[in-house]
Amino acid sequence: MKKEFLVYIGILILAIILYFFVTEPVTFSPTVSLIIIGLIGLALVLIFVRTIMGKLVGRRTVFSFVAISVVVPFFMTVEQPIQTSPEVQSLYQAVLDLKPGSKVLVSFDYDPPSAPELQPMAETFFSLCLERDLRIIIMGLWPQGPQQAEMALQKVMDEPAIASKNYRYGIDYVNLGFQVGNEFVIQRMGDDISSMFQTDYYGTPYDSLPLMRNITNFSNIDFSFNLSAGYPGTVEWVQVAVDRYGVDLGAGNTAVQAPQMYPYLRAGQLKGLLGGLNGAAEFEKAAGRIGKGTKFMVSQSFSHVIVIAFIIIGNAAFFLGERRRKEEVVE
Amino acid sequence: MDAIGLWIGAFLTLGIMSFLYKDNPWYKLSESIFVGVSAGYWFITLFWDSIYSKFYIGVSQEGDNYLYVGAILGLMMLMRLIPKVGWISRWPLAFIVGAISGFYLINYFSSNIMRQVANTVMPLFSTDYGQSLFSASVGTIIDNILVAGGTFAGLVYFFFSKEHKGAFGATAKVGIWVIMVTFGATFGYTVMSRMSLLIGRMDFIFGDWLGLIK
Repeated sequence: MKKEFLVYIGILILAIILYFFVTEPVTFSPTVSLIIIGLIGLALVLIFVRTIMGKLVGRRTVFSFVAISVVVPFFMTVEQPIQTSPEVQSLYQAVLDLKPGSKVLVSFDYDPPSAPELQPMAETFFSLCLERDLRIIIMGLWPQGPQQAEMALQKVMDEPAIASKNYRYGIDYVNLGFQVGNEFVIQRMGDDISSMFQTDYYGTPYDSLPLMRNITNFSNIDFSFNLSAGYPGTVEWVQVAVDRYGVDLGAGNTAVQAPQMYPYLRAGQLKGLLGGLNGAAEFEKAAGRIGKGTKFMVSQSFSHVIVIAFIIIGNAAFFLGERRRKEEVVE
Repeated sequence: MDAIGLWIGAFLTLGIMSFLYKDNPWYKLSESIFVGVSAGYWFITLFWDSIYSKFYIGVSQEGDNYLYVGAILGLMMLMRLIPKVGWISRWPLAFIVGAISGFYLINYFSSNIMRQVANTVMPLFSTDYGQSLFSASVGTIIDNILVAGGTFAGLVYFFFSKEHKGAFGATAKVGIWVIMVTFGATFGYTVMSRMSLLIGRMDFIFGDWLGLIK
């Protein structure tokens, strides 16, 4: 108990020291970055050799390596080359094909825990839409979705290129807010959007919003984009909005969900798909924008290398252990 | 005020992560706060968005008396809390199961069965039905063969009325490989997703809170 207590106090003291005494952002030079990568590589080789010799590492060592692999790249000046995949390119192209003034419906079906993956997608999508003078209608089937939309929109609106266009709320973009009812909301919107959203996020009546005056149902929407972290999300949008009402839909999903969406993409039910942080980074690349998706990809790749290394080490430990057990049985 | 929020967020994040070292009171406190705040948030959200804005406003201002049916079904569901009359909750449950089944039957059959089957049974060497043979690119041909062959082999693996021997057994073996590759891809994506969550939290600690990231 005493040892644990000292560890926790130590972490808190370290954090307080960093908070009060390191006031400038930290950046490692390429040489320092290479030295750190080399040291981590050497440590992994050492662990591998020790594993072969029968000395296994504890789980805390694995956790420490994963934490280091995630944190260290934040301070590095290393850039990762990113290739745009066809599913991301097709989503980007679908947005490019829209004429200025087209109406785009964006449904935010996620909450803060999924923000690291989905928020960069939202920001890039908003940026792309506003650069092309598209009209944005925001909604959410998750309670915190519209708040995530507000944060993403605010960030994009503060960018000089977008700020200079003086977009106005209610005319160029609206936030209809959250609506309870999951896929039944989508179903009702197919007939009458105003029946589900009598007021917007701020309590303004639907009919008082100039952008919404001529929008009755999905037939007045030119393109839809869904950011999803689970249920209700892209599956429900495909089943109801796409297959019943013929909506053109693109989707951004958490990586856990993405494999389920590829059949929809192949069948043409989705116009494009962004899967996880990688999808966000690719979308940023396609749109010519450097956001958190691109920045986080170095940490993502680095941590994957560590996970793969420990899978190899774990397998080596398993098979060598099995061989030793067989040898002991024979003896 | 923002600084206080950041400190609380950082304190709770470190508390949750401290579990990786060992279960401890700091973790338990953080976990309990998370569960309590989540439950409270959902209760308030559903109360105002569902009971108040849908039912109360609907009945009192719009005169939609059909909403009483839903409200009564909702109250019947709560009877589960009283053991003597708990059986009453089966009626709204039966209604929900029936209605949802009817709704999903159509949706899933159309989107997840018909569309997917149609997309699997594609011409292997042509871009579409009615197009000339070998009009598809080499990549598309390989893709089509993989999808059709992989689906067939996967289905064979789950056919247990015949012993998995000979050509049938070999096809089933291909099927299990296809399934394993699918699981592998899903696992890879899951690792990516979990790492993204960790990256997000670390970005909060080192960027938003400590201000160390440029």
